[in-house]
Amino acid sequence: MKVNGLFKPKTLDEAYHKLTEHSKNVVMAGGAWLRLSNRTVEEAIDLSVLPLSYVKDRGDVVEIGSMTTLHEIETDDTIKSLYGGILSQAVSQIMGIGLRNVVTIGGNVVARHGFSDVITPLLTMRAKLHFYKRGTISLEAFLDIRGKTTDVLEKIIIPKRKAAGYFKKVTKTALDFAIINVSVTCDEEGFSVAVGSRPSVGQLAYEAMGLLNQAKDVDEKHIDLAAFKAADLLKFSDNHRGSQAYREELTAVYVKRGLLAVKTCFNQRGGHDD
Amino acid sequence: MINITFMVNHRKHSLEVKPGEYLIETLKRLNIHSVRRGCDTASCGVCTVLVDLKPVPSCATLTARLAGKNVTTVEGIHDEAGALADYFGLEGADQCGFCNPGIALSVHALKQQSSPITEADIKQALTGHLCRCSGYVSQVKAIMAYLKDDAHV
Repeated sequence: MKVNGLFKPKTLDEAYHKLTEHSKNVVMAGGAWLRLSNRTVEEAIDLSVLPLSYVKDRGDVVEIGSMTTLHEIETDDTIKSLYGGILSQAVSQIMGIGLRNVVTIGGNVVARHGFSDVITPLLTMRAKLHFYKRGTISLEAFLDIRGKTTDVLEKIIIPKRKAAGYFKKVTKTALDFAIINVSVTCDEEGFSVAVGSRPSVGQLAYEAMGLLNQAKDVDEKHIDLAAFKAADLLKFSDNHRGSQAYREELTAVYVKRGLLAVKTCFNQRGGHDD
Repeated sequence: MINITFMVNHRKHSLEVKPGEYLIETLKRLNIHSVRRGCDTASCGVCTVLVDLKPVPSCATLTARLAGKNVTTVEGIHDEAGALADYFGLEGADQCGFCNPGIALSVHALKQQSSPITEADIKQALTGHLCRCSGYVSQVKAIMAYLKDDAHV
């Protein structure tokens, strides 16, 4: 990557206007991944000078500033208490502490990397993204947007709920990118299942979730069928880490394990009343 | 070019850096050669330095962001790294020694934590430091012994 200039904004407004001024201007979060690309950046907008590194408990939601590093998230007690601590678990498995002191949650989310171990749990935690200009949108809606992000991510908002969570990253070696990652949660709205590194970016398994959330009681038969649907209906493909068929097999196994791990939460909640 | 002033091993440096220049390149310019270039993708840990006592891979840390920060390389903890090396020798914890500067800096960062350091903390601190010689068991033992004698456990 070649960077022609570095802009240090004093406000989010300045950052936004600089971003939209030139198609080759980019927001720089942690900056770790930018070096791996071959592009030329006209001006990198350095968000590290803005107060965007925080975890704030707002009562009904938790807000995470976009420049909060993965290591700060990993060690934060409030984050550990959300959805069984799946976000803390997920980030603690990303490379080493050194890199986690550099990489930010905002950079990870906005880049929409297929291998992201952050996006998959956030999807099942019903996370919303707050952009400077666009306002608040769901993470799923953001992932559906194609092309370059022409807005500045300010914070990630996660609801605080009584919930259970499960996260599994399957890798060949401890520090490698995932062959797949699976996140399953259960809260007052029901089950949520997401699979990432397919190798494309994390996605919710709507059919599997629908099947479970419409059931009065969730038994092993429902779980088997939901795990099968997640593996069958999500799109998987091959890369050098794993084949499509292997990813489908892994998904069925780990979605089932995840559902079994969190189903107590659903049954305690009583299922849906007719 | 961007003018920045920052500290390296308690010594003030003011210099011009390119906007996309990474710290490992700047340190080479400052004749600090203990920081080794390994994978160059922030995966192997050999280029680890401390920025305000936090371990970071210098191949993924932009120098332009370090204005006013304190950077520590293994030269800055010379005596401590030497003491740790003795424990590595006693445990047979290294062969080529290529990863040792980065590990010594991560151990120094670990010593800053207020709670007692456990074996799990050491293992966690070593994630991201690839060592092709040791298998890590002897390194963990050496670090445990060093910290015990250094009264941090």
